[in-house]
Amino acid sequence: MTAVDIKALEKRFGKTAALEPVTFSVAEGELFGLIGPDGAGKTTLFRMLATLVLPTGGTATVDGLDVVRDYRELRNRLGYMPGRFALYQDLTVAENLKFFASIFGATIESNYEMIRDIYGQLEPFRDRRAGALSGGMKQKLALSCALIHRPRVLLLDEPTTGVDAVSRLEFWDVLTRLRDSGLTILVSTPYMDEAARCDRVALIQDGHILEINTPTGIEDSYPLPLLSVKSSDRLTAKRALERFPFAYSVYPFGEELHFTDSRAEPSVSEIKTWLHEAGVADAEVTVIRAGIEDVFMHRMPTVEGQTGVA
Amino acid sequence: MKAFRGFVIKEFFHIFRDRRTLVILFGMPIIQMMLFGYAIRNEVQDVQVAVVDWAHDSASEAITDRLEASRYLQVVPGIEHQDIERAFRRGEAKVAVTFPRNFERDLILGESPTVQVITDATDPNTANTVLAYVTAAIGTYQIEVLTTSGGARPASIVLEPRMRFNPELRSVVLFVPGLIALILMLVCALMTSITITREKEIGTMEILLVSPLRPGQIIVGKVMPYLVLSLVNVVTILLLASQVFLVPIRGSLTLLLAECFLFIICALALGIFISTRTSTQQVAMMISLAGLLLPTVILSGFIFPVASMPAPLQIVSHIVPAKWFLIVIRGIMIKGVGLEAIWQETLVLVGMTTVFLVASVRGFNVRLAD
Repeated sequence: MTAVDIKALEKRFGKTAALEPVTFSVAEGELFGLIGPDGAGKTTLFRMLATLVLPTGGTATVDGLDVVRDYRELRNRLGYMPGRFALYQDLTVAENLKFFASIFGATIESNYEMIRDIYGQLEPFRDRRAGALSGGMKQKLALSCALIHRPRVLLLDEPTTGVDAVSRLEFWDVLTRLRDSGLTILVSTPYMDEAARCDRVALIQDGHILEINTPTGIEDSYPLPLLSVKSSDRLTAKRALERFPFAYSVYPFGEELHFTDSRAEPSVSEIKTWLHEAGVADAEVTVIRAGIEDVFMHRMPTVEGQTGVA
Repeated sequence: MKAFRGFVIKEFFHIFRDRRTLVILFGMPIIQMMLFGYAIRNEVQDVQVAVVDWAHDSASEAITDRLEASRYLQVVPGIEHQDIERAFRRGEAKVAVTFPRNFERDLILGESPTVQVITDATDPNTANTVLAYVTAAIGTYQIEVLTTSGGARPASIVLEPRMRFNPELRSVVLFVPGLIALILMLVCALMTSITITREKEIGTMEILLVSPLRPGQIIVGKVMPYLVLSLVNVVTILLLASQVFLVPIRGSLTLLLAECFLFIICALALGIFISTRTSTQQVAMMISLAGLLLPTVILSGFIFPVASMPAPLQIVSHIVPAKWFLIVIRGIMIKGVGLEAIWQETLVLVGMTTVFLVASVRGFNVRLAD
C-alpha cells in the first residue's frame, strides 16, 4: 500500500524552480528521509504535501487523497511539523497540547497512548511555558502536538535542526518506534548522519532528487575506493594528494581527508610513499566504506571544499 | 464547535498573558479618557486679565467686576499700561483691558468710548476665547445700561450669541465620541491585525491551516475576544464620561451601544483585512497606525472640524469610518437624536463593514502565500 505517491511534482516561483519535477512514492509504515542542504527544496516539497502550497506541475496523493483537490479531507489525516518551532510560547506545555488536540476535534485522554512515549518525558514540565523549554523539549512537544489527532501520515520538516546531539538521538528513537507502530513518516534533515536511521532516503539538492535508495544502498553506490587520510599537516597532504596521478577527488572530512582513488585497487603503501616524499611524514591511510555524505559529495561536483581532480 | 471554543480560549490566554497587550487594551482607554478629560481642553480657565483703569468710574468698575466674577478669568490689578507687554512676557497676564479716561461719561453721551483689549496671541485658541469672554462681558453691561436708562437712546442691535447643546463649550463633551472611535480603532483594528500576523510570524499559522479549522472559524475565533473586550471598553468610557466628566447621554443608550457594536465590527473587519495583506507584525502595526489611527484622529472631525478642511481632504474624509461614526455618536449623545436622524450615516457604516468583511474573508488564504 502506498502512503505517499508523487508524480512529476514541481514548484516554480516565476522563473526560478524551487523543485524540479520529482517522482517517488513512500510505502505505508515507511520511515522516509529527505536529505539535503538548506535551500535544496525540502521545505517546498513538504509544504506541497501538507496542502499549504500549490504545485505548479505534477500530482501528489497522500493516504490516497490528492493534495490539491482533497486538501480539506487530507488535513484531518496529516500530522505536520513545520521547520520553525511553531508552538505558542506563551502557553504552557499542557495548554499547547490541549489546543492542538481541540482544533482537530480530539482530546489528550482519548489519544494518550499515541503520545505516551514522548509526552511522558514532558509531563514533569506540563505547567511550564513552551517558550521556557530547551530545544530538545520543544521538538518533543511539537511532535506530540502533531501526533495528538492520530494522523495517518506524519510530515516532519527538519525536526532536529538546532537540537543538541543527545536530544537528536532520542528524537530518532521515538521516530523509529512510531514507524514500528505502523505510522508512515516523511522526515527531512540537513544532517547526513541521520540518514542511516531511515528505511529509505532521497538525496536532494538544488531542487533535484539525486538518488533514492536505502541508506546502505546509497553507501554501496559509491563507485570508487575511498580512503581516509589522517595527518597533522592536512594542507600539505591535501595538495600532495591532488597531484597524485590516480587522484579522483580530495576533500576535508572532519579532521581527516577523504581521498578517492580512480583505480579499482588502490595501493595504500604507494599513497603513503607519495605523501612522505611530499613532506608529510605522519600520514595514516586506511581504506574506508563511503558514507552518505561521501555519496553526496561525489554526486555534487560543485560542492565547495571539494577538489575534483579527474 | 469544540475546536472553535478551544481556539477562543487560547486567544484569551494570549491576551491575558501579554502585559503589553493588557496595557493597550485596558490602560489606554482610561489614560486617554483622563488626558482628554482633564489635560487637553479647549476651554480656558483662570486666565489672568490685567485691567488698566484710567477712568475709575462706576461703568469701568462694573465691567471689571463682571470679568472678576467669571470663573474663567482672574483679574490682576496694578499693572500699568506701559507694563502690559512685560506682563505678557513674564506670563503675569494673558489679556489686558484698558478703560479710557471719562469712560462712563462718553458712554452716556453716546460717544462710543473705546475699550482696548490686548491679548497674548502666542496661544491663539486661548486668545480668541478670552477675547470673546471680555467682549461678551462688555456687551451685557451695555445692554443693562440701555435698559436701565429706560431706552432713552436708540437701542443698537445687539447680537446675542448662544451655544446650543454645549453651552459652556466644554471640550470633553466633544472629545468623548472621538475618543470612543479612536480607542475602538486601536483595540480592534490594530490588535487584530497584529494577532493574526503574529501567528504567521511564529509559524503556527501553518499548523492552523493544516487543521480542519475553516478560515471563518480562525477569523471569528481570533476576533471574538477583542469584540468582547472592546464592548467592555466602550462601557468603561461611557461610564467615565457620564460619571466623572458629567457628559450627557441624551439619546437612547441601546441605540448608542448598537452603533458602537457596528463600529467595532467595522474596525475588526479592517484589522483582519490588514492582516490578510501583511505577513509581519511590524508591517501590520505600521499600516494600522498610519493608515487607520492618523485618519481617525485628523480626518474624522475628532479634533479638526471636517467643514474647515480643504476640499480634497473633505473627500478623503468620506472613506474614514470614524467620520461617520462621530456624526452618529455625537448625534445620539449630545443632541439626543434617534435613528431617524442618523440612518444614512449608519447605512454608510454598514456598507463599509460589509465591504471589509467580504474582502478579508476572500483575502484569507487557505494556503500559504507563495
